[in-house]
This record gives sequence, C-alpha cells and structure tokens, in this order.
Amino acid sequence: MLTTQILYGLTACVLVALGLRGALLHASLLQRIVAINVMGAGVFLLLIAVAYRGPGLAPDPVPHALVLTGIVVAVSATALALALARRLHAERDDD
Amino acid sequence: MNPVSLLVFDGLLLVSIAGLAWASLATTDARRSVILFMAFGLVLAVAWGRLLAPDVALAEAAIGAGLSGALLLAAAHRQPRPLPPASTNAPRNHGAAGVGVVLRWAVTLLCAALAGILAWALLHAFDSAPHDMLPQAISANLATSGVSNPVTAVLLNFRAYDTLLELAVLLTAVLGILALGPATPGYQPAGPVFDGLIRWLVPVLILTAGYLLWVGAHAPGGAFQAGAMLAAAGVVLRLAGRSRIGLPDGIVLRIVMAAGMGVFLLVGLSLLLLGRPFLGYPPDWAGSLILLIETAAMLSIAATLLLAFLGGRPESTGDKAAAKRQREAIS
Repeated sequence: MLTTQILYGLTACVLVALGLRGALLHASLLQRIVAINVMGAGVFLLLIAVAYRGPGLAPDPVPHALVLTGIVVAVSATALALALARRLHAERDDD
Repeated sequence: MNPVSLLVFDGLLLVSIAGLAWASLATTDARRSVILFMAFGLVLAVAWGRLLAPDVALAEAAIGAGLSGALLLAAAHRQPRPLPPASTNAPRNHGAAGVGVVLRWAVTLLCAALAGILAWALLHAFDSAPHDMLPQAISANLATSGVSNPVTAVLLNFRAYDTLLELAVLLTAVLGILALGPATPGYQPAGPVFDGLIRWLVPVLILTAGYLLWVGAHAPGGAFQAGAMLAAAGVVLRLAGRSRIGLPDGIVLRIVMAAGMGVFLLVGLSLLLLGRPFLGYPPDWAGSLILLIETAAMLSIAATLLLAFLGGRPESTGDKAAAKRQREAIS
C-alpha cells in the first residue's frame, strides 16, 4: 500500500462526490454535463491510482488502456449530450 | 527528488485538482464553469504524468481538456442568458435557487456519504497486495504483439475487442449528433494575426498527428491522440472562420466516418477466414495490421470529433445548391 496511491485515490473519491452533487443540484444542462465530466475524471483518477506501482516501477498498462478508451467515450458522450441540450433549447424557444 | 518534496508536490497538485473541480461546479456562470473545467483537465494531465501514465496524459491534454473544452465553450457561448424559468410548476426545473435548502443539504450529505464509502472500499482494496498476474502476462507476451508500447498492445491486440466497440460508440454518438439537426453557424473570418498563426499551426498539427500515430507502436501516442490532433487542426480552421476545414463531403465523409470500425471488422473477419481467432493477429503481421487499423481509426476519430464540434450535419455543397433552388422556386 503506497501513500501516493492512497492520496490520489482519496482525491478521486472527492471528485466523484463533487461531480454527483453538481449533476444533481445544477439547473443548467451545460453545467450538469460539466459535473458528469468531473465525475468521470474521478473514475479515471481512481483507475490510474490503482495502476501505479511506485517510482521507477512499470505501472499496470490495462487500467491505462481502459482510461484512454474512457476519455474518448466521455468526449463523444459529452458531444451527444451537448447536441441534445441545444436541440432542447431550440424546441423550448419555439414554444 | 526526495520523498518529502515529492509529497509536497502531490499535496499541491491534489489540492489544485479538487479546488478547480469545486470552483468549476460552485459557480452558476456557465462560461466560468467551462474555463475552470479546462484548467482542471490540464492540471489532471500533470497528475497522469506524475502517476507514470504518459499515454493518458497526452489524451487528456488533447481530448479531455482540449476538445471537450472547445465543445463546452462553444455551447456556453451559444447560451449567454440563463434559462428562462419553465412555465410548468415542476420545482425541479426552477433550478438551484428553487431547490429547497433542506434538499440541497440532503444531497450534499448523501454525496459526502458516498465519498466516505468509496474511500473505505478503496483503502480496503489497497490493503491487500496487488495481484499482478495481468501485467505479468502482458510483459510476457509483448514480443508477439507487434508493438513494444504495452498500452498500445492492450488497446489494439490483447483487448482489441474493446477498442472495436469503442469505435462503434463513437460512430453511434456522431450519428445521433447528425440526426439532431444542421451544424451550428460558422465564425467570423479571423484577423491577420490569427490567420497568420493558423498558416503555421495547421501544418504542424497535421505533422504531429502523423508522428503520434507512428510513434504509438513503441512510445506514448497512438490513434486517439493523433485523431484528436487532426480534429484540433479542423477546429482551429473553423474558429478562424474558414468555410473549408478539411472535412470531406457527401459519400467520402460517410466512408471516413465508418472507416475505423470497417477496417477493424474487415481485419477481424479476414483472420477468421484464415482460420485464426477473431482479431487474433499472426505475430509476423501484427505490427502492420495494427498500423493499418490505427490509421483508419485516426481518420474516423478525427472526422467524428470535428463533426461533434460542428454540432450537426455540415451543409454540403449539394445541400446549398438544393436550398438555393428551393428559395428560387418559392420566390
């Protein structure tokens, strides 16, 4: 058990909680999307902290590959969410 | 670096990460929130470097902070005024001010409890020694994977199935965006300074994309980072008010969008015909097959991210001609 892993892992937990709170409490759709991205960053930080093995040691490449995939999926989900939010605003303005 | 100064560095880094996340979510000003989120992404990229994850650091800086930031900032720009209160009397739609103080505290407490449970589970998991069977299996088989960067080996060989499905997710997301309507209007033509800058910047971005694609076989880099660089070139051109941003038109665009998944599937199915498992590359060809798949994936990822930045179906020249004919017919 490494101090570095614990420090980064605990920060990851804080990010997940902050993001969830923002996603639940914000009124603006855009800021909810930002909050969900913060939550995702927390999950990524957790995975990379778990992969860390200490200075000078090769980290576990599997979580790294998972996070890379996750970053790309997160950006495409964000883009789709933004397009949906834009359409929603357009429909609301028509009313 | 001695352990104490490293610990101080870790502390400062983590406080900035948590602080930027908190500041980004505490404000109700959308633009401020997005800019703080971009700063958060960049500081996070430093943390990936600190945790010896350079591949992730590159992707985070290019995609997580860069392109996500560009997408969110464009959306915040289009939404200058706050939402008008909904006419229905659903209290949840009235926003943060409408939510009762009790409810806000309840949600905050629940989220704090969740953080506590997560932290407890994490410390519990860290207590046991890591089972390093998977990393050992990877380093034992790296020689037959066709590449020497273990992250690329996992992404395109050992767990190629995940990456294939990831390209499917990208394609689905972009189809959803295209189905939602036309692209957002373009920007004003850039002034001479920005115009001069992009003449230098765009070729450098394209060159960097090619370099990252090639170097991914043995060092940090790969199709995702390269695709993000190519998309960034298009985003810069779009911001400069150019009408042509390097996206192909009509059927070619559709082929480029589907190329990543298509080439991946074709390689997998051809290997099945040759009597090998799905995506089980022969060790002699693995390097070339991975480069082929990554090249197609890079083009698809770049086109997808650029279409995502446009926010809808780009107006092709054919559409413009049709719209003009329609206008003439009406008048």
